[in-house]
Amino acid sequence: MVEASATALDGPQGPKPRKVFSRRNIFLYGTLFVIAIYYALPLYVMIVTSLKGMPEIRLGNIFAPPVEVTFEPWVKAWSQACTGLTCNGLSTGFWNSVQITIPSVILSIIIASVNGYALANWKFKGSDVFFTILIFGAFIPYQVMLYPIVILLREIGLYGSLSGLVLVHTIFGMPILTLLFRNYFTSLPEELFKAARVDGAKFWGIYFRIMVPMSLPIFTVAVILQVTGIWNDFLFGVVYSGPESYPMTVSLNNIVNSSQGVKEYNVNMAATILTGLVPLTIYFVSGRMFVRGIAAGAVKG
Amino acid sequence: MNNSIEIKNLDLEFGSVKVLKNLNLEIGKGEFLVLLGSSGCGKSTLLNCIAGLLDVSAGQIHINDKNVTWAEPSERGIGMVFQSYALYPQMTVEGNLSFGLKNAKLPKADIAKRVKRASEVLQIEPLLKRKPAALSGGQRQRVAIGRALVRDVDVFLFDEPLSNLDAKLRADLRVEIKRLHQKLKNTMVYVTHDQIEAMTLADRIAIMREGQIMQLGSPDDIYGRPVNKYVADFIGSPSMNFLDGVIQNGAFTVGDLTIPLTGYEFVSGSAVDGPTTMGIRPEHVLTGELVDNAPVQIDVDVELIEPTGSDKLIDCQLAGHDFRVRMDGQAQVFAGEKLRLGVDPSRASLFDVATELRL
Repeated sequence: MVEASATALDGPQGPKPRKVFSRRNIFLYGTLFVIAIYYALPLYVMIVTSLKGMPEIRLGNIFAPPVEVTFEPWVKAWSQACTGLTCNGLSTGFWNSVQITIPSVILSIIIASVNGYALANWKFKGSDVFFTILIFGAFIPYQVMLYPIVILLREIGLYGSLSGLVLVHTIFGMPILTLLFRNYFTSLPEELFKAARVDGAKFWGIYFRIMVPMSLPIFTVAVILQVTGIWNDFLFGVVYSGPESYPMTVSLNNIVNSSQGVKEYNVNMAATILTGLVPLTIYFVSGRMFVRGIAAGAVKG
Repeated sequence: MNNSIEIKNLDLEFGSVKVLKNLNLEIGKGEFLVLLGSSGCGKSTLLNCIAGLLDVSAGQIHINDKNVTWAEPSERGIGMVFQSYALYPQMTVEGNLSFGLKNAKLPKADIAKRVKRASEVLQIEPLLKRKPAALSGGQRQRVAIGRALVRDVDVFLFDEPLSNLDAKLRADLRVEIKRLHQKLKNTMVYVTHDQIEAMTLADRIAIMREGQIMQLGSPDDIYGRPVNKYVADFIGSPSMNFLDGVIQNGAFTVGDLTIPLTGYEFVSGSAVDGPTTMGIRPEHVLTGELVDNAPVQIDVDVELIEPTGSDKLIDCQLAGHDFRVRMDGQAQVFAGEKLRLGVDPSRASLFDVATELRL
């Protein structure tokens, strides 16, 4: 054993002391504060405005908190606001959006994850070409395909229906989701797949018993991407659905952009917040999983 | 037939790259064969072909006298252990061990019996309910071996199973694998790039290079009578000293040094004149009192000494070549001093300069 020296040390020792109000800290936190305000202020204005009555709004001070808090605009936005001829508020659009989003998210993720798994682990003849074509699909502007798909949906009798929209969303989610799943499955250790084959597991056995249980983070990412993407979609909603099947975003647009009568800012604000609530909830609930999934490529099993 | 595995005229190509070239190999029942080579020599690829994880381009693979060239990995009667353990992270140790048996649709009682037996053999019973993440490296590798064990197969394939472990654990598990082999008497094919592992474990070693087997033989054979310069250089640490010279009238001449070749066993039976490389292992150079008995004695200047505890490695110049000598760790030598070396030609190796083959 080497004896520890008992003499006291002179000069700098241990951690280097740091100033709290250094120039670096002031700059860093100052910038963060400004950016936080930049993003939070519009949300504040929206919430405050939606809780005011119309007379109070006409005073013109958009930053002032409401003197008389009223939930009237929220109720109106949900169930009474007029879109065109009907006055059902956003509720119809909300349920349409739910009926569109849930099946499209589930369908597209199931298909894309199997696609990605096959492309990553069961290379077949031409699989690379297939993958390239699929990825190329992600770069084609939607506008190019709008009208051909109208004809396609009309021919198979799904134009203007919810199922038609589900089909469109499922197909358009395919390139990016397949890429996501393929890259994730490729990052899983290959020996795991080999071991499962030696253990006698087949295509579906390996998929369900080995791959899926290891892929919770990437499934979360896919769910978030799809739910927000499909929920926020406006273009497909407005083109491929009829007044009966308008998704929530289209209803919102119709309420906010109605050119008759008085502009009810408080109702508009409430309606907008209501529409954004679903993606917002998803982010809050699964934020941590999302980050883990995005960084999953660096994590070893 | 007494062969457990027979590989006949095996070719494997990835695109235009030939990874394995017309490879033939017969592995006897109960034999421990080590495939040894530097990275990229095709040893793991060969193992994957035997396992059925890669489709071969040409040739056949027979396991237990059955042609399994087109068979699925699970139908070949093999168990495999991987370098990264490849344990299923979401299953317990018990789940990992029984996964293959469940896929084979074995009765539950049978599965339980086999898992119990394997965990007894490997002493992992207390770990059965744990997940792989809660195991140490050595324990994980034990479970991985157990997964091959429960399959009750005749052939075990090991793909660098100890490379991810630290040096001490590697030595321990090496002994355990050898014990396991003595107990089970299965055929084992073991891939490694660690020559110590190869020498200690193998009944026979196959040295591979660029998709071909350079030499197949017992560890003694490979160490003592390497068939070419590559094998001679690859096996042994520190590596063999090479002296480039010529053979004339039954004696090897390099610079001003002449070594008579009495006692050297030529492959062709008699000495062949011509340019030759002589290989002498550092541990075969005689020093101290032993020098007096050596047929050839040389004085050199000691340039550098590397003590390793058990040994001292001496760097010096011999006839214009770098030369290393292994001495006892207690030997009293100092840099700059003279040292008398003795060479015994019967323990040296001679290689043709052009073909690099053993003479």
